[in-house]
Amino acid sequence: MDGFLAKDDAWHVAGRAFGSRLVVGTGKYKDLPTTAAAIEASGAEMVTVAVRRVNLSDPKAPMLQDYVSPARYTYLPNTAGCFTADDAVRTLRLAREAGGWNLVKLEVLGPAPTLYPDMPATFEAAAALIKDGFEVMVYCSDDPIAAKRLEEMGCVAIMPLGAPIGSGLGVQNPLMIQMIIENAKVPVLVDAGVGTATDAAFAMELGCDAVLVNSAIAHAGDPVLMARAMRAGVEAGRLAFRAGRMPRRTQANPSSPTTGLIR
Amino acid sequence: MGTAPDNGDMNVMTASLRLTVNGEGKEFSGPLSVAGLVERLGLDMRKVAVELNREIVPRSTYGQVGLAAGDVLEIVHFIGGG
Repeated sequence: MDGFLAKDDAWHVAGRAFGSRLVVGTGKYKDLPTTAAAIEASGAEMVTVAVRRVNLSDPKAPMLQDYVSPARYTYLPNTAGCFTADDAVRTLRLAREAGGWNLVKLEVLGPAPTLYPDMPATFEAAAALIKDGFEVMVYCSDDPIAAKRLEEMGCVAIMPLGAPIGSGLGVQNPLMIQMIIENAKVPVLVDAGVGTATDAAFAMELGCDAVLVNSAIAHAGDPVLMARAMRAGVEAGRLAFRAGRMPRRTQANPSSPTTGLIR
Repeated sequence: MGTAPDNGDMNVMTASLRLTVNGEGKEFSGPLSVAGLVERLGLDMRKVAVELNREIVPRSTYGQVGLAAGDVLEIVHFIGGG
């Protein structure tokens, strides 16, 4: 079937094509070998990473790069832990030097317990990063007006939350996610909130270009198995979106012909 | 930010260099370039990025950028994150 395989149905961001519509985080795993195995099973081509000080007391400790090769996966450095535009720009300038690329994930969060995107700070940081030559994929609230404004500023992808980070509650406001998708000319990714494979499939059925998952895989009983499930969920959701679902009916409609019955 | 060390100057050769690296005060014997510091810390230059007094140091210049007493450095790498 033409276009059936993920590789024939790529999505594009910042001039790069990705066959996999599942982007995975590399945080919260119990160890680096599990991280590597889960990412392999997910089929992801893009992974988010954080930028932190090296541990000077243990300089030979294994590094993420030794397990998740930047030659194989597109690293998407994030701004986790940054609460100001200045911190975000500084962090990503370091990431750009470490990795040598401009594609980044901007997230400026408010305080716990919501960790909700701090949108005024996000706008400020997005403006500063775009001015500095970064290609910004931006984590944001599920607000269609804010999403449109981020796109108009020059963000290369819009990434509204499905539910609070790490909550695993699934897409809580599908109406707004759908409005964001319908109004966007850049890729839209649901980032945060996916808890299990049905959540990922549901997000894709709404018409998202891709889904970003971290906790749901890393905190699953078997992360490698869940990574594979997420891959299947994303693929199923994408195919269902492309196929176009049947109309919803409020009354039953028999599946077998009502004619030609024996008498 | 300092300039390239003059290897002919004996005072510079024996100078003790107090730096702040990742928030920790550390003593080194100078002269020392960024490349020298990364090596003495036992780090792999290809896997880190360095900020000197809040300015990025391009990797290609690590060997040429000399360090001066009081310099503040951040040395970072990629770790797991969402």
